[in-house]
Amino acid sequence: MRRAWMLPLALAIVACSRDSGSSPASMAAGEPARHYGLGRAATAAEVTARDIDVAPDGEGLPPGTGTVQQGAAIFQAKCSMCHGPRGQGMPPAFPALIGRDPKAEGFVFAKDPNLTKTIGNYWPHATTVFDYVRRAMPLLQPGSLTNVEVYSLTAFLLASNQVVPMTTTLDSASLTQVKMPYAGKFVPDNRRGGREVK
Amino acid sequence: MDEPLKDVEGEETISRRTLLTGAAGALGVAVAAGLPHIARGQGVQVSTPAAPVVPADATRLPGAPTTAVGSRSPFVRPSRTPVGETTGYSLTPLQDLTGTITPADLHFERHHAGIPAIDPSRHSLLIHGLVTTPLMLTVDEIRRFPQVTRQHFIECSGNGRAAYREPNPDLTPQIVAGLVSNTEWTGVPLKVLFEEAGAKPTAQWFLAEGGDACLMARSIPMAKAMDDALVVWAQNGEPIRPEQGFPLRLLLPGWEGNTSVKWLRRLELGTRPWMTRWETSKYTDPLPDGTARQFSFDMDAKSVITSPAAPQSITKGWWPISGLAWTGRGRITRVEVSSDDGKSWADAIIHEPNLAKAPVRFTHMWEWDGRESVLLSRATDESGYVQPTLTEFVKVRGIGTDFHFNPIVGWKVQPGGRLVFHGAT
Repeated sequence: MRRAWMLPLALAIVACSRDSGSSPASMAAGEPARHYGLGRAATAAEVTARDIDVAPDGEGLPPGTGTVQQGAAIFQAKCSMCHGPRGQGMPPAFPALIGRDPKAEGFVFAKDPNLTKTIGNYWPHATTVFDYVRRAMPLLQPGSLTNVEVYSLTAFLLASNQVVPMTTTLDSASLTQVKMPYAGKFVPDNRRGGREVK
Repeated sequence: MDEPLKDVEGEETISRRTLLTGAAGALGVAVAAGLPHIARGQGVQVSTPAAPVVPADATRLPGAPTTAVGSRSPFVRPSRTPVGETTGYSLTPLQDLTGTITPADLHFERHHAGIPAIDPSRHSLLIHGLVTTPLMLTVDEIRRFPQVTRQHFIECSGNGRAAYREPNPDLTPQIVAGLVSNTEWTGVPLKVLFEEAGAKPTAQWFLAEGGDACLMARSIPMAKAMDDALVVWAQNGEPIRPEQGFPLRLLLPGWEGNTSVKWLRRLELGTRPWMTRWETSKYTDPLPDGTARQFSFDMDAKSVITSPAAPQSITKGWWPISGLAWTGRGRITRVEVSSDDGKSWADAIIHEPNLAKAPVRFTHMWEWDGRESVLLSRATDESGYVQPTLTEFVKVRGIGTDFHFNPIVGWKVQPGGRLVFHGAT
């Protein structure tokens, strides 16, 4: 079972190494692919404790609900000292979170370096707000927010950016359904080297 | 340099001073209460010290005894700048370095929530998701796998932002391009660790997460793991420095530095990217056609002359034009140098070793005749890519794009011999 995928991997290595000009990893180490019996199986509890990520399809979103109103109060208490009472930020140290400046609408950032990117006018996925707030905020007390607080802050930030109505209650299902205004603007990297500058 | 340089890297910067005097009294109180890695006295002004005192004739008395850890000559004082940044950066003093290896204590820094203090005996790496066995590995166990030692650069994709956005005559090589450093890394191919955990063929992406206070995380295609990705623990022959990810970091050769996740503690294999803040809100490249390039991993070819350079002054006569060139797409094949603002170009000597996804040192002897001159360098890599002029670059990227700045830049030699930054090409 564990060996079944070795052949496609080996083919992938050849293809990759030709592109990059560097040697395949294991071959460069001078060792055949094998198992070394190092480490131990992680317990389910250990995986759960670290596995905090949230993806756009909703995977990883915990139980709980939060409202815009709750989020507004939490924002004033725990976020506004850095990001400003209206989420306008104190750049460059503390970025703006809220704002739909008409000049910055339409995804024209490449043409004007002075435009401010916010959740509403730039971020492509609503789940990223939840994921980032939960893993990194507040700056001096990361990991201190409950899931309900994170849902509430996410609701407040999305509503303040005119993405969802002020009456919104968010949970795992409704957050997954939120469509960001400029989600369709993100494109894959088309640079491949060669003479053309992209 | 207490005040942080504005926006060189492309993201918010928070210095100790900002925390103390800026946004909020609450933060200041928290800092005063003793948050260790923020309150430590890092925001100290680096002043120019008095000249060291040495004997008139060092051959007439015994020298100093052996020491546990060596130090630089008191006459040699390279330094990163700015200092005191908790969520910011410091730049490598490229103008003070020769060859291609960056001394570990001068490797550029970029932190999103400060440098975590980690006991390696309590640190572990979890590999889970689309694997047959979720695996927990200690640092000691990771060091028992087959290992490789390779030179690779790491370049922040915000490198060159100051020269692009706020060019001025006083910019130095450090400010223009100091978010690139080069190291001899030692570690285990990531492929070996994924084989050990039994990576499933359905895995297309993996999430790499660090153990810092923001749990910095990036989504990476599995193809990179199967190509040349490493999990490294050593930097120039010794354990990685805390600023560089002690005790473990991901190392993705040739890719934007943010993906080489420091203080690595978790790898999750999955079918699609996770869309973390650092691959959506940040590290994406707005383009003039109203889109933004995402997952723009490769670092394009780039070069910079590190000497002579601002704020140096030179006299008439022969000088070596010396600099660095690198590409995320393999090897550098050609470096050209111009002393007449690009009207004519000469091939520079590319010094050995010329390694894939590692910088080369180039030199070119040049005789200055005392007239105003503009020194430029232009790199070509094995994909055929030629470092663009600023005009070419702006045309395809726009003036407001955010990352991956690599246009040709240089230095103007004024008639009196003083060099100033020259960014327009």
